[in-house]
Amino acid sequence: MAIARNDKAVLFAADAANTLRLVAYLGLAIIMMVVDHRGAYLSRIRSGLSVVIEPMYRLAAMPSQLAHQAGLGLADRSRLTEENARLQRELLLAQARLDRVNLLRRQNLHLEQLLDVQHSLGLGVQLARIIDVDTDPFRQRVTVDAGSNQDMHVGQAVLDAQGVMGQVVETLPNTSTVMLITDASHAIPVVIDRTGMRAIAHGTGQIDALELPNVPISADIKVGDKLMTSGLGGHFPAGFPVGTVDSVKAGANGMFVVATAAPSAALDRSVEVLILHELPDPVGPPAPAQPVGPPSATPASAVAVPAKGTRR
Amino acid sequence: MNRLRAAGIFFWASLALCYLLQLMPLPHAIVAFKPYWLALVLLYWALESPDRVGLGLAFALGLFGDALSGGLLGEHALRLCVFVFIVLRFRARLRFFPMWQQALAVLALLLNDRILLLMIRACIGEPLPPPDFWWAPVTGMLAWPWVFLLLDDLRSRLRAHES
Repeated sequence: MAIARNDKAVLFAADAANTLRLVAYLGLAIIMMVVDHRGAYLSRIRSGLSVVIEPMYRLAAMPSQLAHQAGLGLADRSRLTEENARLQRELLLAQARLDRVNLLRRQNLHLEQLLDVQHSLGLGVQLARIIDVDTDPFRQRVTVDAGSNQDMHVGQAVLDAQGVMGQVVETLPNTSTVMLITDASHAIPVVIDRTGMRAIAHGTGQIDALELPNVPISADIKVGDKLMTSGLGGHFPAGFPVGTVDSVKAGANGMFVVATAAPSAALDRSVEVLILHELPDPVGPPAPAQPVGPPSATPASAVAVPAKGTRR
Repeated sequence: MNRLRAAGIFFWASLALCYLLQLMPLPHAIVAFKPYWLALVLLYWALESPDRVGLGLAFALGLFGDALSGGLLGEHALRLCVFVFIVLRFRARLRFFPMWQQALAVLALLLNDRILLLMIRACIGEPLPPPDFWWAPVTGMLAWPWVFLLLDDLRSRLRAHES
């Protein structure tokens, strides 16, 4: 019995390791990769499979969550009291600042009414928790526990208490994927707080570094400069902290200065994140103007436009 | 019949556990050292019961891995197919290697897998990964004896229990 099974197994293995089949499977995989790279079908498949994928994420995150809770439960009393005292001090400070901000807001509201400003700076936010799963260690992405059922959309900005974290790149029904600002394929338009100079901060693929690759040599940029979002490009609202410059050196070709910055947000420690609801007004080139000139050959507009013109 | 079913459950459970281990978060300092669990467990099954493991299974498991990681559809599938193909080709030799030689073979297989991954990433225009990208095969090599012993022990216990 055992020998027969062994024999069959060997034969089957020889058949299974058939080169022709390998070539067929490799071809299939390559075709799938090319098609997916062009058309991004994977996210559609993923939302179809979300019934399986989302529970697996929750299940995989469970041990670290349990460990976290056990740590909380076992935390000693003195540390908790200390933390409580610190938080109370911080709350006091924050409350003082908040009062001041409220005053300013009232003043601002009044001025806005005077100026008849249409766009307000209202920010709707939604709180979400990071699900601690690791889908790919070499992509800077995190998974959060809110998805399209909770009214999340691709492109929303994600913040934590200290600064900008990233943006939503994919939504499943109950989870979504956030690309961090340090992802190597991410770039965020920033402005240097001290001088007002605009730049673009690229991700480096390392969780503690951003890079400003193309700063002109003559630009005024120093170690310690704060980077804020500029609001240009329309993806991130203006005025949120992004990072702090921690090194400035000459670029490889000597034509630019390369600065690196440490992100302000606690990208590897945050548990709860804020997701901005309203996207800021898109800033970009104005919508193309209606062509003015001799009527084109298309019949409908050709009739309508000159009639309006002649009447006036 | 019952025995076969228990073995089947064990087989699928070990693979499901691999997906969970792959997704499980690690402290940031050691995340790059995470071995490719799915490949190690598939290697065990390819060596010990090759009638279960074929290129088709590797392809399907890879596609599910892609759906879980949300990278590029077909990336894991291609890597696992190549991995399983090489293992099945050299199965007769790998199986009777002493453990240290097997571990070295695992290192070579996993390095090959990393090179494949690098080629795929380069083709879709992603930047080169940091140097600690190359540590995972080494931890895979170190983990292999333990994976092998653990699975072998569990399987023999299961067999003894059933008979």
